[in-house]
Amino acid sequence: MMSTCEPWNEARGAEIIAEHDKLEGATLVILHAMQEAFGYVPEPAIPMIASALSLSRAEVHGVFTFYHDFRHEPAGRHVLKLCRAEACQAAGGDALAARAEARLGIALGNTTADSRVTLEPIYCLGLCATAPSAMLDGRVVGRLDEARLDALVAEAQR
Amino acid sequence: MKMRIFVPRDAGAIAVGADDVVAALEQAAEKRGLSIEIVRNGSRGLYWLEPMVEVATVKGRVAYGPVSQADIPSLFDAMASNGPHDLRLGLTDEIPWLKRQTRLTFARCGVIDPRSVGDYRRHDGYKGLERALTLTSDEILADVTSSGLRGRGGAGFPTGIKWKTVAQTQADRKYIVCNADEGDSGTFADRMIMEGDPFVVIEGMTIAGIAVGATKGYIYIRSEYPHAVAAMNAAIAAARRTGYLGERIVGSNHDFDLEVRVGAGAYVCGEETSLLESLEGRRGIVRAKPPLPAHKGLFGRPTVINNVLSFAAIPFILAGGAKAYADFGMGRSRGTMPIQLAGNIKHGGLFETAFGVTLGELIDDIGGGTFSGRPVRAVQVGGPLGAYFPRALFDTPFDYEAFAARDGLIGHGGIVVFDDRVDMAKQARFAMEFCAVESCGKCTPCRIGSTRGVETIDKIIRGERTSENLAVVEDLCNTMKFGSLCALGGFTPYPVMSALKHFREDFGPAPATLQAAE
Repeated sequence: MMSTCEPWNEARGAEIIAEHDKLEGATLVILHAMQEAFGYVPEPAIPMIASALSLSRAEVHGVFTFYHDFRHEPAGRHVLKLCRAEACQAAGGDALAARAEARLGIALGNTTADSRVTLEPIYCLGLCATAPSAMLDGRVVGRLDEARLDALVAEAQR
Repeated sequence: MKMRIFVPRDAGAIAVGADDVVAALEQAAEKRGLSIEIVRNGSRGLYWLEPMVEVATVKGRVAYGPVSQADIPSLFDAMASNGPHDLRLGLTDEIPWLKRQTRLTFARCGVIDPRSVGDYRRHDGYKGLERALTLTSDEILADVTSSGLRGRGGAGFPTGIKWKTVAQTQADRKYIVCNADEGDSGTFADRMIMEGDPFVVIEGMTIAGIAVGATKGYIYIRSEYPHAVAAMNAAIAAARRTGYLGERIVGSNHDFDLEVRVGAGAYVCGEETSLLESLEGRRGIVRAKPPLPAHKGLFGRPTVINNVLSFAAIPFILAGGAKAYADFGMGRSRGTMPIQLAGNIKHGGLFETAFGVTLGELIDDIGGGTFSGRPVRAVQVGGPLGAYFPRALFDTPFDYEAFAARDGLIGHGGIVVFDDRVDMAKQARFAMEFCAVESCGKCTPCRIGSTRGVETIDKIIRGERTSENLAVVEDLCNTMKFGSLCALGGFTPYPVMSALKHFREDFGPAPATLQAAE
């Protein structure tokens, strides 16, 4: 995913803001668009958003840090999210999460040293009847078992 | 004759290979020199059979499932000849699991092409709106009220009263907001209907706009649902193209338009006032009530905020079905509830039925018990804030009041099944941990109580002064339950206390503890 992202560029950032700043309550929309373009929300974008929306830097920083989705730095090349909520727990998700951590050598919430894989928990993908489930770079996968998980991890490491 | 084949675009079907099945079908058709039409429908909700492929025949649609890529060559020939196949399930409409449901809200889900207004209309779509356009605001409100519909998000507040309050409040503008922040584990009905029949949500919101005098609506969808976001956006674009959204909708004097907004991974934003804050572009901090959103909601204007399923129930009710809707159900729970069976369950999926069905029927009979084949030990009803029920309470009927009477809640209708390997102390700890991570931080009982709860349950798990610490947990739960601003802190005690009450043996020795604490 990271490979498709552009490096931070102030002019491009300004363009993204201009695309959305007339919307009612535009802050989240702009933060999402920034992350979509750059893979994370670059620090210099915060005062630019604040100025465009007539908000304080602190207000925009507050919004940025409130939500789990927004990244402070780029993720690994691939992002593997494992559902850790109750339905997936009931279907054996705990053991699979531990297996993924062992295979990648990192705990949930971290990126491998070679920046290839970011492993994250997610709380419900709404695939609770085909649990346990995961998402690799936006692609959903259900009915995970050890073999399917191993294949996903291997794919992410490629 | 060109074969018409249905393969769901539902995220649950895609997660188990529906896209691969489509690719294989196209390949098989090309190889045989046959022309086929593939419709990407929603899911019928029989998830253990997904990907479920259907083919149109003169007698109706015939289903096959669960289909994998490898099955396609033989399946293709069976479909073309209408011959036998190991995966053949017969006529879809005759599948018992589907046949015994009462699908009012989900009548079209899995049946139609979710991107086609024409298909929606051919299946009774927009009849509710057409009738609503001939009625006065009061008449629409009377229909909604008499249907007995209560908010399907979990709180169960009468929808008609909410709408009436907004209709009677004067303002320069009003809003309709659809809460599609379906964060409860074990629930997926909102996702399914948005992906499988998005126009029913649009129609319900449009009727709400006409009833209360609002011209703008927002659908706030969680970011974990990219497929639902895409489906709603495609449907909104199609509705605009055909005059069902925008200025002077279908030639009437009413304007109404919709916009999708995407959440950013905060569970608390499923709470309505937190959602409104988020929509306004702020931190999802819960607001104190009053003022109610119906008086001062989005941008301080009167706002109807309802769950996806509440809006989706409206078209049936307005198409002349108010009485029929109210005739289903029990007590004060009228109509049908799309119940979601999830977790360790053999037949997981969406089962829409009248209120009143018992928990035991849902788990053992309809759900077929566990997927693992082991005994059911606990079921959590109503998401992360819902109580854990043991088998002894399986006679509880699915009804708002009946669950409340047993210290539980039906919430958004999700049921997560656990087998006998579940550790209930761990589940209680998880409930507190989840609350600690997701707390918006505004009120102390939720913000601090949940963290203290995790620490205290950890001590119990380690066997430290079990009886004293159980008393602390109980005390914390009472503080959270009665002192929190919203349901996150207020309902987290449900899973914790129910685990303690019904599964005391998982919390270490000293069974006399709870009495000693009283």
